Amino acid sequence: MAQAPKLKLAPTPGQTIGPFYGYALPFEKDNKLVNQANPNSVRLHGVITDGKGEVIPDSLLEIWQADENGNVVSRDGSLVRDGYTFTGWGRTAVDNVGHYTFTTVNPGATEEGKAPFIMLTVFARGLLNRLFTRIYLPENTAALAADPLLSSLTEEQRKTLIATREDDGALRFDIRLQGENETVFLSYPRES
Amino acid sequence: MSTETTKDESFENSHVLDPAATADSQETISEEITSIHEAYRQEVIAGKQAETQPRINFAPYRSSLLRHPTKNLHHVDPETIELHSPAFGQRDVHALESDLTIQHNGEPIGERIVVAGRVLDGDGRPVAGQLVEIWQANAAGRYIHKRDQHPAPIDPNFTGVGRAITGPNGEYSFTTIKPAPYPWKNHHNAWRPAHIHFSLFGTDFTQRMITQMYFPGDPLFSLDPIYQAITDQDARDRLVATYDHSITSHEWATGYNWDIVLTGSNRTWMEDEEGDH
Repeated sequence: MAQAPKLKLAPTPGQTIGPFYGYALPFEKDNKLVNQANPNSVRLHGVITDGKGEVIPDSLLEIWQADENGNVVSRDGSLVRDGYTFTGWGRTAVDNVGHYTFTTVNPGATEEGKAPFIMLTVFARGLLNRLFTRIYLPENTAALAADPLLSSLTEEQRKTLIATREDDGALRFDIRLQGENETVFLSYPRES
Repeated sequence: MSTETTKDESFENSHVLDPAATADSQETISEEITSIHEAYRQEVIAGKQAETQPRINFAPYRSSLLRHPTKNLHHVDPETIELHSPAFGQRDVHALESDLTIQHNGEPIGERIVVAGRVLDGDGRPVAGQLVEIWQANAAGRYIHKRDQHPAPIDPNFTGVGRAITGPNGEYSFTTIKPAPYPWKNHHNAWRPAHIHFSLFGTDFTQRMITQMYFPGDPLFSLDPIYQAITDQDARDRLVATYDHSITSHEWATGYNWDIVLTGSNRTWMEDEEGDH
């Protein structure tokens, strides 16, 4: 791939979300990308922990993903959900025991043969800038084996990015900000 | 996880809110900040590229100690979903949500201000039609939040939350009340400079960011480990709004300008490159 072009303007620095976003960022049905009654709905859940393995109850997570057919949608209505329109984006404040849940669908591959994943952004008090990572679906092992990011990681790191499918069809994805099995977090071209 | 910690985190008393809170003095915190900044300055003199973002490992901000990854961020080329962003529009945000002074029956107490500017990407292109969310303390330094137990008055006419959708040139404008500084538990006698939290989206989801806007000349800047986690002075300055008399309106509100620059979009150049083949 060619070199990413240099930025013309210096980017504004990020800062921590802090502890007091509760009246601002959460909204009704924020974590329900689809209705729970939708036969294709999938629960995506897990816990977020710190370097001591303790949960981080004051964090906020966002996901952004393609629909079941791998289409990236561009539809408004995320903040005022009508229960029918899939917008691909959701947000949730983690609960008091560090657990989160999204109701969504399994994203399809955006290109044939690609490993489908959900993009995840982590914000928390104590975290000075947002973190990005990917939640890969566990099923398509051939696509996972061919994935450029996963192929560049050790087996231990790779595991941190692949969700587990539970018996009821739910996806389990835990986030470890620090320490043993620390989740692999990502940087992209053109950040500075 | 100890039950003790769980209790502390959920207990509605800011005195025990943060298990990382310490009794360190401001002098200790300031010395740590100075030492990190001096080491950074030496690196820049030695030819290192200027930093544009806060350190996520910044010990003077005690809560960051256990909440930052210890491994380097893994560099990756963005894929399709990462090159796009969710769409927001009139359905999501009512035009009146950008006025934080009209959300209740009465006028909020404090200095009425307008904060206006543009959201741009790293190439200077306006980010149009995107969501901007803000939240802030009131004119006494108090948030509407069950965990904020700072004994300053709540203003029944001020919630401190606003939203807007950027215009065709990336422009936004909020009418609000100037927030006050407030104390927190990072160290003994710790005070945050007055700030407004901003949440921003770009054209690519990789541009997603949350930050804080500050006011010019705040005497608390040099003491604040969150602001000083940005080691570079030019970068720190980018979080400070400018008093702008052209935004100030006659007998109504003073005005501040603050433009926000997101990181660079990867969609355009990657698509162009694909088109070359």
